[in-house]
Amino acid sequence: MTIALSKFDEVRLDRVSRDFGALNALREVNLTIKRREFIALLGPSGCGKSTTLNCIAGLLPVTGGAIWLDKHRVDTLKPEERGFGMVFQNYALFPHLNVRQNIGFGLKMRGTPRAEIDRKVNEAIGLVRLQGQENKLPGQLSGGQQQRVAIARAIVIEPPLVLMDEPLSNLDAKLRLEMRAEIRRIHNELGATTIYVTHDQDEALSLADRIVVLKDGIVRQVGTPKELYEAPAHLDVADFMGFRNRLKGKVVSHENGHAVIDVEGARFKGVARDALAPGAAAVVAVRPDDMVASDEGPHALKAVVDTIEYRGREFVGTAHSAQGSDLVFRSDHTVEPGSTVHLTADERVLIFPGQN
Amino acid sequence: MTASVTTTPARDAYGPNLRQRLAARGLDAVTLLAVPAALFSLALFVYPFAFGLVLSFEPKAGGWLSNYQRFFADPFLYETIGKTLWLSLPVTLLNLFLAVPIAFRVRLMRNQRLLTAILVLPITLGTVLVAEGLLNYLGPQGWFNRTLMTFGLISQPLKLVHNYWGVFASLLITGFPFTFLLTLSYVTGIDPALEQAAATLGANAWQRFRHVYLPLLMPGFAITFCLSFVQAFSVFPSAVLLGAPAGPTRVISIAAYQAAFEEYDYSMASAVAMIMGVVQLAIVVAVLASRGLFYRGPASGAKG
Repeated sequence: MTIALSKFDEVRLDRVSRDFGALNALREVNLTIKRREFIALLGPSGCGKSTTLNCIAGLLPVTGGAIWLDKHRVDTLKPEERGFGMVFQNYALFPHLNVRQNIGFGLKMRGTPRAEIDRKVNEAIGLVRLQGQENKLPGQLSGGQQQRVAIARAIVIEPPLVLMDEPLSNLDAKLRLEMRAEIRRIHNELGATTIYVTHDQDEALSLADRIVVLKDGIVRQVGTPKELYEAPAHLDVADFMGFRNRLKGKVVSHENGHAVIDVEGARFKGVARDALAPGAAAVVAVRPDDMVASDEGPHALKAVVDTIEYRGREFVGTAHSAQGSDLVFRSDHTVEPGSTVHLTADERVLIFPGQN
Repeated sequence: MTASVTTTPARDAYGPNLRQRLAARGLDAVTLLAVPAALFSLALFVYPFAFGLVLSFEPKAGGWLSNYQRFFADPFLYETIGKTLWLSLPVTLLNLFLAVPIAFRVRLMRNQRLLTAILVLPITLGTVLVAEGLLNYLGPQGWFNRTLMTFGLISQPLKLVHNYWGVFASLLITGFPFTFLLTLSYVTGIDPALEQAAATLGANAWQRFRHVYLPLLMPGFAITFCLSFVQAFSVFPSAVLLGAPAGPTRVISIAAYQAAFEEYDYSMASAVAMIMGVVQLAIVVAVLASRGLFYRGPASGAKG
């Protein structure tokens, strides 16, 4: 391998803030990224994840805090002095340069000797499997191939950090899965430290070593995919991790970390994510997979079916309760829209404190 | 349509009908909208051009080529080509060189509209008003010379009008807005992500311009050059008002004017006009042909 990894230990964001006038796009973000780590920045649009990436790349100046590469402060450097490889959402390939010239661009700008450029570019082309496309212009490539060129162009300069800004969002569903596996494979082969911005929790869960969930410019939770998936710390993280049913209720009891909540007369038992006093307002969070429709049940929540979809192994429906809560549930048989179902959830139920 | 298909089961009854076949060849109702413009250009451009071409070969005296022979035998006439080029080429190039850096700065500005409005003003005022203004401003008693003399930078007024430099300044002022607006539209047409990508790959500001912007902008610059050049080449009012119309700024349009309205030799005037057209065409074709050396596709990074 001639494409080597940069020697460094960690990249550290120290209270990084970014304001756009009165808008605080990022508020005191702290984050340490270890060498070889794959970090996903996850959040809804406008949460500050792309801003974070642009601040790290140097395309946006920070308005507070500092970014460190080991002992070197980098937030004061121009983007071309930082040397972080970036993969853009629209790939930003140079339309007048062919695949080989696009990938070699960064090395050429650095004044790398020709022979070395050729060797490294060949290796990068092999790594992203673009053999045979070397002399094509970006306009002659498919979306997936353009994506590969963008990745090769970013990693061939051996950056300490590879920054990826929603790289799969322009691809169709099938290609997206394919390229996701490719990004994983390239990361496994090369081990380049990567920060990956996405709004798709499936991408984050399947690619990242650690996920950073952002909302309104604030880091809500940092953890491994398993930690975030099973134990989201906040309701909005849970929302992002697929807990689409969020039901308002009142605490009936709380002991040993488990709470029982009354929702419109129905009872839900789950893991309490915070201190909950009996009688206090609470929110029950349940994934559609765990919200099961049954014919009858003593503690079930009654709801009227709105729609029902066939999903192969099961049916997924939407419904609303008497007090107007929207519900998404799973059923092993079809139910008629307009009919009443009884919904229960026994596993992976989370209880968060709610507002009165 | 469907009714006629079912009642007449002819051999080709199931193919596209006449209207669809015409539309497939690009001939539909929208095509008719081009007819007035076609008639207009036929009546006001193609016919007069053809008429002038024929007229130029029917001289007052001598053989059918004698107008052209006279033009290229008389230095007072053939030197106008060089004089016009010597004005229009440097002015066009200088305008382009001024427009590019300003366009690069302006593309990042928010109040582009105000600036655009200010820049369009000289175009709307017309060359005569600008020429009259310059005559006063740059004249021996004008503000420009007075200011320089007040500060003791010069002891006697610089001669800036009724010579080459007066026409040069006038062409620069009237040509710049046009050149600039065209340049700006080409510069802003390039995806800013390309520059950002180049920066993250280690390219400094000059390298980004040289390796990303310039190759993508060259075709646009070529078009801008051609359009600005054609404007400058046909200079007439400012060459008369601000220049030395009998000397260094005796441009080719003056020669045509004199032939037509002083000698009343329309045939000769047509010949001069034809020569003028050929010179312009030669330069424009040469510049446009050089575009082939550069990339000419879309200037964005992806299909989107």
